[in-house]
Amino acid sequence: MWEFLIPLFAATVQSGTPILYATLGEMMTEKGGVLNLGVEGIMSVAALAAYLTSYYTGSPWLAFLAGGTAGMAFASLHGFVCITCLGNQVVSGLALTIFGLGLTNFLGVPYVGLPAPGFTPFDFPLLSSIPVIGDIFFRHDMLVYVSFVVPFVFWFFFRRTSLGLHVAATGEMPAAAAAVGLKPIALRYFAVIAGGFLMGLGGAYLSLAYTHLWTNGLAGGRGWIAVALVIFAFWRPGRAVAGAYLFGGVMAFQLRLQAMGTHLPSSLLLMLPYLLTIIVLIFSAWRGRRIDAPAALGTNIEPEG
Amino acid sequence: MILKIRKRDEPWKWGALVIFLGALLFSLGVSALLLAGQGKDALHGLNILWQGSFGNLWALEGALLKAIPLFLCSLGVAVAFRMQIWNIGAEGQFALGAIGATWMALSFPDLPGYFLMPLMFIMAFVLGGIWAFIPAVLKLKLRVNEIISTLMLNYIAILLLDYMVFGVWKDPTSFGFPMTPEFTSGAVIQGIGGSRVHWGLLFCAVVGIGLWAFMRFTRLGYELKASGEGVRVARYAKIRYGMLVMFVMCLSGGFSGWAGCIETSAVLGRLQPSLMVGYGYTAIVVAWLARLEPLNIAFGSFLLAALRVGVENLQLELQIPAAFGVIMEGMILLVVLAGQFFLMYRLERVTRTKGE
Repeated sequence: MWEFLIPLFAATVQSGTPILYATLGEMMTEKGGVLNLGVEGIMSVAALAAYLTSYYTGSPWLAFLAGGTAGMAFASLHGFVCITCLGNQVVSGLALTIFGLGLTNFLGVPYVGLPAPGFTPFDFPLLSSIPVIGDIFFRHDMLVYVSFVVPFVFWFFFRRTSLGLHVAATGEMPAAAAAVGLKPIALRYFAVIAGGFLMGLGGAYLSLAYTHLWTNGLAGGRGWIAVALVIFAFWRPGRAVAGAYLFGGVMAFQLRLQAMGTHLPSSLLLMLPYLLTIIVLIFSAWRGRRIDAPAALGTNIEPEG
Repeated sequence: MILKIRKRDEPWKWGALVIFLGALLFSLGVSALLLAGQGKDALHGLNILWQGSFGNLWALEGALLKAIPLFLCSLGVAVAFRMQIWNIGAEGQFALGAIGATWMALSFPDLPGYFLMPLMFIMAFVLGGIWAFIPAVLKLKLRVNEIISTLMLNYIAILLLDYMVFGVWKDPTSFGFPMTPEFTSGAVIQGIGGSRVHWGLLFCAVVGIGLWAFMRFTRLGYELKASGEGVRVARYAKIRYGMLVMFVMCLSGGFSGWAGCIETSAVLGRLQPSLMVGYGYTAIVVAWLARLEPLNIAFGSFLLAALRVGVENLQLELQIPAAFGVIMEGMILLVVLAGQFFLMYRLERVTRTKGE
């Protein structure tokens, strides 16, 4: 039993990592009051940017940063359309996803199937020798270890720093925030772009540590899962970790079942994560905690005059 | 001199058209850069795009052909968006319509067309409608976000379609290709007078006019428009908001289902995975660009269909990936969204004079 479960849980952590980055990115954005449905597109573009950087420079860390930067650049497009031009946040996010997926499929064509250097797993000193826990959590690549720290930073940022509190205030009541002398527009830009950075890291993980080569449709719905997970997590980083690993688990389990050669058709197995997304949303709605959503989420700040 | 943002006293009259044309030009410009980035002659490429879209009768026919499913899906999307219900699920509802039509076509192959065809259309509407009804109920009863549920149902629908054509409905004589047997003649929509354009075009016109009349002249249509102002307004006007949401979503899904039925029957003549080319997503672009108005949707569908045909030409002549068209769609929509700012606001020059 353990021979089956431990590799499964280890694979769960790996599959959950890109989703975790993306979920925290969307959560950051939404905390500032902006809904970004472009996650799927941003992740794809970032995955390609990271891949190309790694392919041409051979430096995985540079590539990881390139993914984050591409995420920031793309998210700032959404920021410009929604924050400055007061465009509809839902439609702008969708447009960004369409644009991003198109751009990735367009530019990525010559590289399909070509490998690029990325991050490889190594045993984390000391910690990896803990029985079970070490096997599950500490025999991964560096980006997984980084992702263990990010939720704490995220929590600290919103609980203990004034910038974090200001961002949260613009997500709740931008008018009140402006009245006490904060700059809601700038704070929202910050949330959108910082969120885009995290989404970009999630995308970069896909090409740098998950596949190590370029394929089309790398994001595979993970961006949308991230949007759903923010609701599931009630805008709290700790629950985002749980949600991301839940989905990582289902994805890992479904791959394993396929590899073992079950009689279930693969198309039905592939439905699992998408079905689970709906189930997870039903569950969060049933718990009735929608009150936790930032009050001004999805509404733009109208200029005066 | 500094620029200051001023709210317009009344909306800019021809602004929407100006912004759209501007967005189109901007996107063409960026696309030309993308072509140049691929080492192609950009101007030559744009010319091929134009020739492929509008250059000859064959191209126009192709555009009209693709406009048919786009129009029905966009109409469906627009009805829901009107009520501020974000139905992103046209792609899945389209797939379910195709599955419904195929189910009937394969179950009753010997029926004459005048019996079989209505059956196919009814089943396509029912299954497409159910696929949209599920998120509607989840939204009303459990407040599940419809954007995500409709989107997830897209993925599930496409996998369901795969499941059917790879397994249950697979043609035993297809040499392993995932496709159903060819439809019998009663299940195939014929071309109009020997052209590639089929009778689905007439169906589109009927549905479009029907919807317009429904919105204009019926109480339900009026309530639908009023509910677009928000739940609170609807409640105030004593409109049964929940019932209306379910009705609108069924209608919306049914329209996309019809599109799936028509595309399967008239263009492919059987069900196969190549049916799914993203009309459901392009439909969202069309619906929003058309500001949710049926007549604009007709023009918009034709325009973006023509773009798709033009990109196919570009793909053929210059080996440009098909995703080129998707980039343009996304970009046009983004720029239009940004540009809509100028419908409500204008920039005013403020010159400081002495004594101020």
